[in-house]
Amino acid sequence: MSNTKTVLPTEHCETCPAFTQLEQMGIKVGDFDRVIALAGNPNTGKSTLFNTLTGLKQHTGNWPGKTVTRAEGGFEFNKIRYKLVDLPGTYSLLSASQDEEVARDFILFGQPSCTIVVTDATALERNLNLVLQVMEITQHVVVAINLMDEAKRKGIEVDARSLSRDLGVPAIAITARSGEGIHTLLGAVADVIEGKIDIKPLRVSGTPEFQKAVNELVPMIEQMAPGIPNARWLAIRLLDGDARVQKALTTGELGDIVSRQQRADVQFSGKMSVEGRQ
Amino acid sequence: MEANEILAKAESLRNGLSTGFRDEIVKSLYTEAEQIAKRAVKTSVDKKYDFDQKIDRLVTSPYTGLPIMLGLLSILIWLTVSGANVVSGWLAVVLFGIGDFGRALFNQIGAPWWITGFIWDGVYLSLAWVVSVMLPPMMIFFPAYTFLEDLGYLPRVAFNMDWMFKKTGAHGKQSLTMAMGFGCNAAGVIATRVIDSPRERLIAILTNNFVPCNGRFPTLIMLATVFVAASFPPALTSLVAAATVVGVVLIGVAFTFLASWILSRTVLKGEASAFTLELPPYRKPNVSRIIYTSIIDRTIFVLWRAMQTAAPAGAIIWILANVPIGDSNLARAIADWLNPFGYLLGLDGVIILAYIIAIPANEIVVPTMMMVYMGAGMMVNGPTSNHAIFDLLVNGNGWTMLTAINLMLFSLLHNPCATTIMTIYKETKSVKWATLSVVMTLGTAIVVTFLTASIARLLGWV
Repeated sequence: MSNTKTVLPTEHCETCPAFTQLEQMGIKVGDFDRVIALAGNPNTGKSTLFNTLTGLKQHTGNWPGKTVTRAEGGFEFNKIRYKLVDLPGTYSLLSASQDEEVARDFILFGQPSCTIVVTDATALERNLNLVLQVMEITQHVVVAINLMDEAKRKGIEVDARSLSRDLGVPAIAITARSGEGIHTLLGAVADVIEGKIDIKPLRVSGTPEFQKAVNELVPMIEQMAPGIPNARWLAIRLLDGDARVQKALTTGELGDIVSRQQRADVQFSGKMSVEGRQ
Repeated sequence: MEANEILAKAESLRNGLSTGFRDEIVKSLYTEAEQIAKRAVKTSVDKKYDFDQKIDRLVTSPYTGLPIMLGLLSILIWLTVSGANVVSGWLAVVLFGIGDFGRALFNQIGAPWWITGFIWDGVYLSLAWVVSVMLPPMMIFFPAYTFLEDLGYLPRVAFNMDWMFKKTGAHGKQSLTMAMGFGCNAAGVIATRVIDSPRERLIAILTNNFVPCNGRFPTLIMLATVFVAASFPPALTSLVAAATVVGVVLIGVAFTFLASWILSRTVLKGEASAFTLELPPYRKPNVSRIIYTSIIDRTIFVLWRAMQTAAPAGAIIWILANVPIGDSNLARAIADWLNPFGYLLGLDGVIILAYIIAIPANEIVVPTMMMVYMGAGMMVNGPTSNHAIFDLLVNGNGWTMLTAINLMLFSLLHNPCATTIMTIYKETKSVKWATLSVVMTLGTAIVVTFLTASIARLLGWV
């Protein structure tokens, strides 16, 4: 890929291995340059994409809810080492079941360099709800439109360009099982992290009075926990009366949760060999 | 800036907002998603989808859904039973043969009797037992089970059983975690994280142990084959044995419902919550992935764990069986002491002793039991055929059909293994719930076996 500012990666990279290089690194994630989170609705193929990228053999099963713990693995793309975190599938980030909390806490406090939201091409509308919610939390988002093979069989066509334009973040069509579109996807991820793509994530704003309330709360939160990356989202959750976020605020958890999350990341790699088996 | 100040501010701002603001946010989210999707997606007529729906209409119909489910479960268990019996026999011959060879070798080089005994009659024999009893059923069950999982059948099971769980006051997704329990109860307990409500999740955790895991299947299969199916013609053996195991599984499911019902009316009161469950499209399972997952991750993992507990258990039994007390030995003495309690449950002291030694892993109950019997009977090697096992238990140690049936019931209902108890503690972060999981299951096992034993004796069946 050239150094000029790319609008969106085109399909040509994918068939020319000379341009991009992917090396699976399994669970050797000790040294890495960037962290990528894999989010998405249940049963959209996150774990399959995880396995394709890392060469690991995380269990996949054709039922929603198969992954309940985080799994981590590594890969190298164009000489940059990535740590990939496979999150449990969730329909939203608003409710509080434990698997959704795992996903939400990581996107919120784990501060991944980029979050790939894996979506099901055959049920895009429902999947977009989560995409929009993730974009509320972080702007470093790439949408992977997975299961393109299934969509084709069902006579469903998805226009990735239209989706990218509307969402304001790259949307890449892939088939995780066969590896189709993977290089384009990783190219887009790299571009988002390096700031080579202009991302203007769409934010759902709600009513003007709501917007005003949010704007009043944000500076207060930023003052209490300096460096907190998602003050806007936290403000929205507080207005909604989210008990989990309220608790995090009063117990001071919010302040040190960032460092705790980073510590947990180190411990987790060792624990995975035990807990990852289901 | 104080946390309480922010909370108070948020509170007052929230009160200042018009009442429908939450709905407004959700609505704008959905409208946005709908519009974006409308612009990006084009759909033409589709045939595959119709085909999927036709299958689903059969598989999830109120009339044919449950029979199909029961049929698949029966086929799965029948494959496991009939295949396992053949392979177990071969494995036993080979592994016990190695034991004979090792013992002879040690005798020839003049090793002291207690070294030969400790290694070959204790540690090795226990390992050989565990491998020959456990490996074959797992090698067949896990791939078949993983196949159904990858195909997309599990959510259909949840769909079919949802109304039953709802009636007991539990969550419909409990059928998914119950299905995971067939592989391993600890995995089933972790899988309960898909259940949102803490109340229903606890019910799912506490009752998961009522489905037999792969550590307990071999016990059930062996007893069903050796005892229940023994009186039928050989051609029917595996069919009768499989039917028996299916029956035991159904009893386990019945206890799951009963316990869920009681829990949701006593300590975990509440209504069943609603949820949405997607029925994913059927997907062609990937053969190499199935083999990897089922053999490497599941079979080898479970077997390795069993071997780690079997080796020390073998050592302990050998020592117990070789500490002389009068003209008996320590193992016998403990078993005799436990005998009255065992008798009440329709079992005997050796079985109770075996269960105590096997607390770390249920897998080793049968090997432990056999070794105590053999140690007492001075048999040199493990019995390699069903006849030999029958002979050892019935003629050598006074087993009856009641012993076999009650051992199956006890194995089905008794307390979770140590790994599962630890997992329950980790998932609930509560000693109380972990303790309840043990007390509830063990209590059920004791009460049920006591009742069946008493009834059988009153009616003069044994």
